[in-house]
Amino acid sequence: MKLDRRGRRSLKAGAFMAFSYVSTVLALVALVAILASLLVEGVGGLNLAVFTQSTPPPGGEGGLANAIVGSLMLCAAAMVAAVVVGVLAGTWLAEYSCDSWYARVVRFVNDVLLSAPSILIGLFIYEVVVRPMGGFSGYAGALALALIATPVVTRTTEDVLKLQSRALRESGVALGSPLWTTIQKILWRAAGGGIVTGGLLAFARISGETAPLLFTSLNNQFFSLDMGRPIANLPVVIFNFALSAYEDWRRLAWVGALLIAVAVLAINVLVRVLAREPRRS
Amino acid sequence: MNAQPAAEVFETYSEEVASGEVKLETRNLDFFYGKVQSLHGVTIPFARNSVTALIGPSGCGKSTLLRALNRIYALYPGQRADGQILLDGQDILDRGVDLTVLRSRIGMVFQQPTPFPMSIYDNVAFGVRLYERLSKAELNQRVEESLRRSALWDEVKDKLHASGLSLSGGQQQRLCVARTVAVRPEVLLLDEPASALDPISTAKLEETIVELKRDMAVVIVTHNLQQAARISDYAAFMYLGRLVEFAATARLFDTPRASRTADYITGRFG
Repeated sequence: MKLDRRGRRSLKAGAFMAFSYVSTVLALVALVAILASLLVEGVGGLNLAVFTQSTPPPGGEGGLANAIVGSLMLCAAAMVAAVVVGVLAGTWLAEYSCDSWYARVVRFVNDVLLSAPSILIGLFIYEVVVRPMGGFSGYAGALALALIATPVVTRTTEDVLKLQSRALRESGVALGSPLWTTIQKILWRAAGGGIVTGGLLAFARISGETAPLLFTSLNNQFFSLDMGRPIANLPVVIFNFALSAYEDWRRLAWVGALLIAVAVLAINVLVRVLAREPRRS
Repeated sequence: MNAQPAAEVFETYSEEVASGEVKLETRNLDFFYGKVQSLHGVTIPFARNSVTALIGPSGCGKSTLLRALNRIYALYPGQRADGQILLDGQDILDRGVDLTVLRSRIGMVFQQPTPFPMSIYDNVAFGVRLYERLSKAELNQRVEESLRRSALWDEVKDKLHASGLSLSGGQQQRLCVARTVAVRPEVLLLDEPASALDPISTAKLEETIVELKRDMAVVIVTHNLQQAARISDYAAFMYLGRLVEFAATARLFDTPRASRTADYITGRFG
């Protein structure tokens, strides 16, 4: 039987919808499978020692305390640098650059950096920081992570500032406030939620990065707060332990992976809550 | 019209506004958005203690003229004004003019209400804090006085520390007026301030405007001819970037001299 036009159209619509459903289910299955395997393998290894003891030698007792603290320090240092540079750069792009030729180049380069493979950034820092300084260090690791986070912060800052109405900016200036004061006191505040969201997403992005840390901060079997020397961190510990021949190391790797996943999930939930907060009632 | 020598042009208007009454005036003002010229030789006086309405169809240049008067256009490279804009006889287009001081003397309220993301109190105090060091008590007094003048005090006096964004659209716009008059400007520019408001809010805002002219010269851009007739003392009809006719409002609406003005106010075009 030959279908008329309407019949063909509704057949196409139905097929497309079915295809969309199947794709969504596939994506969800992948996500659920990852989370499930993390839970199954990781929860069993969770105990107080994970948070209080440092990484053990093969066969010994231990936890991930040095790696957790190291990761927090690396990410915190990286985020301080990324937020300062990223917010200022994004502000310049949105408010001062007037879309000049130079601004378009900066924006393009930032977008390239945004999608640069993180292993390249690790190698770059290795060449320009680790080798001249004569050794791996926490600073080098933080710098590599900062390079990954900065373009994210720059981009989101520019985007949320551009979402603010032109009239808001003009009404600050029309009161006799210099543009810089208007930006600090009015525009940054109005765009605050969006800027914080960008920062949190960048933080989530770098918290699991392994490749750039392999070449920069490396790892440290012992507890250390010295950023001038190699420092332990969760991703590299996971990388080392997961590939090892020892059962207890592999179990700790699963626990570490679970911790990162939970942290990233928590950050994303926080971002949702922040984004939903009514800015105008 | 453009070919007319400058002197003759404002000769025409001196019969409408005595020179001693002029607070702000433009002389042969041209305005450019990049290469596009959107004002052509506009010469117009704005009298102190009166409301001047700028009317005309969309794109006629009335908002452009308003935006030239406090040089807000200077935020955007490529926008440029030629000619003279005299505030108390001083040309504000001169290079040496401090734009922040100029804008504290010539306040502006926009079409969309733009409360700052801070409390009602801080919204009103924002501009004052930029230029004056007032004691807490003096600042409180200034905030109250400004909110009273914009007819908002009774509605917000119990929640001064609530966010400015929590107010209704009409209240937000009166907050913007309060914030602007708190700086005690000599001229107040209003760019279609009531176009986003309901009729009751509009009526309140109009009362406020009439009240405010006791202390300052007010220039209002409006699409609403009834509004112009109700609140303005002088009216200027603009068309295609040129000033077609300027007169006392009653005269302009009763016996327009230019046929285009007559066509516009009787609704034949625009």
